Amino acid sequence: MSPMLAAAPAVDPGDTAWMLVATALVLMMTPALGLFYAGLVRSKNVLNTFMMSVGALGVVTVAWALIGYSLAFDTGNGFIGGLHYAFLRHVGFAPRAGTAIPHLLFMAYGATFCIITAALVSGAVVERMRYGTFLIFMVLWSVLIYPVLAHQVWGGGWLNQLGTLDFAGGVPVEMASGFSALAAAMVVRARKDYGRYALLPHNAVYVLLGAGLLWFGWFGFNGGSAYGIGKPGILAFVNTLLAPACTLVVWILLDLMRDRRATAIGAATAIVVGCVGITPAGGYVSPIWAMVLGALAALPSYAIIVWRPRTRLDETLDVLAAHGAAGLTGIVFIGLVAQRSWNGVADGLLYGDAAQLLWQVVAVLAAPAYAFAGTFVILKVLGLALPLRATEREEALGMDVVEHGEEAYTTGEGAILVAPDAPAGADAQFARL
Amino acid sequence: MPGNEGAQELVKLIIGIVRPEKANDVLEALYRADVRGVSMSRVQGHGGELDRVETYRGVRVKMELAEKVRFEIAVSDDFVEPTIQALCEGGQTGEVGDGKIFVVGLEQAVRIRTGETDHQAVTPLDR
Repeated sequence: MSPMLAAAPAVDPGDTAWMLVATALVLMMTPALGLFYAGLVRSKNVLNTFMMSVGALGVVTVAWALIGYSLAFDTGNGFIGGLHYAFLRHVGFAPRAGTAIPHLLFMAYGATFCIITAALVSGAVVERMRYGTFLIFMVLWSVLIYPVLAHQVWGGGWLNQLGTLDFAGGVPVEMASGFSALAAAMVVRARKDYGRYALLPHNAVYVLLGAGLLWFGWFGFNGGSAYGIGKPGILAFVNTLLAPACTLVVWILLDLMRDRRATAIGAATAIVVGCVGITPAGGYVSPIWAMVLGALAALPSYAIIVWRPRTRLDETLDVLAAHGAAGLTGIVFIGLVAQRSWNGVADGLLYGDAAQLLWQVVAVLAAPAYAFAGTFVILKVLGLALPLRATEREEALGMDVVEHGEEAYTTGEGAILVAPDAPAGADAQFARL
Repeated sequence: MPGNEGAQELVKLIIGIVRPEKANDVLEALYRADVRGVSMSRVQGHGGELDRVETYRGVRVKMELAEKVRFEIAVSDDFVEPTIQALCEGGQTGEVGDGKIFVVGLEQAVRIRTGETDHQAVTPLDR
């Protein structure tokens, strides 16, 4: 054990060990999301789609370390945190207030949340948005949107003071990404062939594997959100097993009722929806209520997924349905069935405290409004300076070749080495070997 | 030309090689032209367009072969023009790399299910 850790007696080794693992689990969710999304797009856009998530691992982590963490978790005011922790000053081995884990680890755990949340928004704009512009968007979003909402509900902001409960991110992660995705789809607008041709997922196996890895990582996401191995963390961990299982069962039944066939992509979506639904409520509701929540969370998300493609709204990978709607369901559910005997914090309406439901509903009104408006403005302003989307010609060719100069499924046949010192471009000199 | 001299009409095979991203447009145009019997395959080819330069693990390569979609359509004589029309209409972007159409004579066509030949073999039942 390092001398510095020993010098901070309030750090709990058990909590810290679990949070180190949980941080790594949540980090893995971002490439898992990339895989999930990559399977849902056409083969000519698979790398671009995956790279939007991979890009978040880079740019969002940097933004979080430099300023985002401070804006979220420094004291500040009711709206946003201050700059005391900017550039990771004053973030060391001593335990973070309210936890028994090193402050540095607390910061890293929070980073993994911000990363995946920014990456989630990409689902609304895949197959057409310019990669460079999207990276800049993610930086702005993870400074101006995520930390603000995280501060408000977790970092001592106004929702936090009001008494809104959000265990693992129904507000800053799920509703924020869902409603930001809605705004992004409206600003960037539909793909050129949307509504004219069926634009189908190219690999359902990626989608299933991505969903499986997301579920696995979600045990760290929810199970780690109590920052330790106490009862709330255990409850959230187990509820992360129970709720998505119920969502999966209900989704399969809905599929069977609608079309007599249980679809693979539907099942993968159900896993995500169930994990999202239990995210805000994980450590606050009993296991049985978590199962009911999982079952109920399927309904609004399923309805939106059936309805949305009939509109002109090309919110391509249904972030609003899977994250916005299910996150909202979970946040409201806390207000109904939270149980002090399980969570030690608060009761919901059914257990005698109607006020809790009110605080939950306030968050449901405020957070989506901020996320939607903020994202709308960021993208509109960004669109004045940079092209938001590829040209029609490039969109037809595929974003992989256009934005990355690579193809996911190239055979390599007919490829000729270009002399290493030749300049890039179609008219470059090349050597035939 | 009404291909009615002699007992049987002439049958032609039309091969259209188009951009993969225009395949749906071509299918739609063919459908509108009442052309129903179509085979389609993914091919790689080179037709004089500029090569794409891609980079893999730092190695820069020129992709000589471009992905194309190849349509094969056997039609009786009076459908040759509409089919060519549809391929052009659906496949055209105006830029190098739009593809080619080849028309070749067919010696014989047989519908396996019924044994019908030539004109009958390439004419859908509902016509």
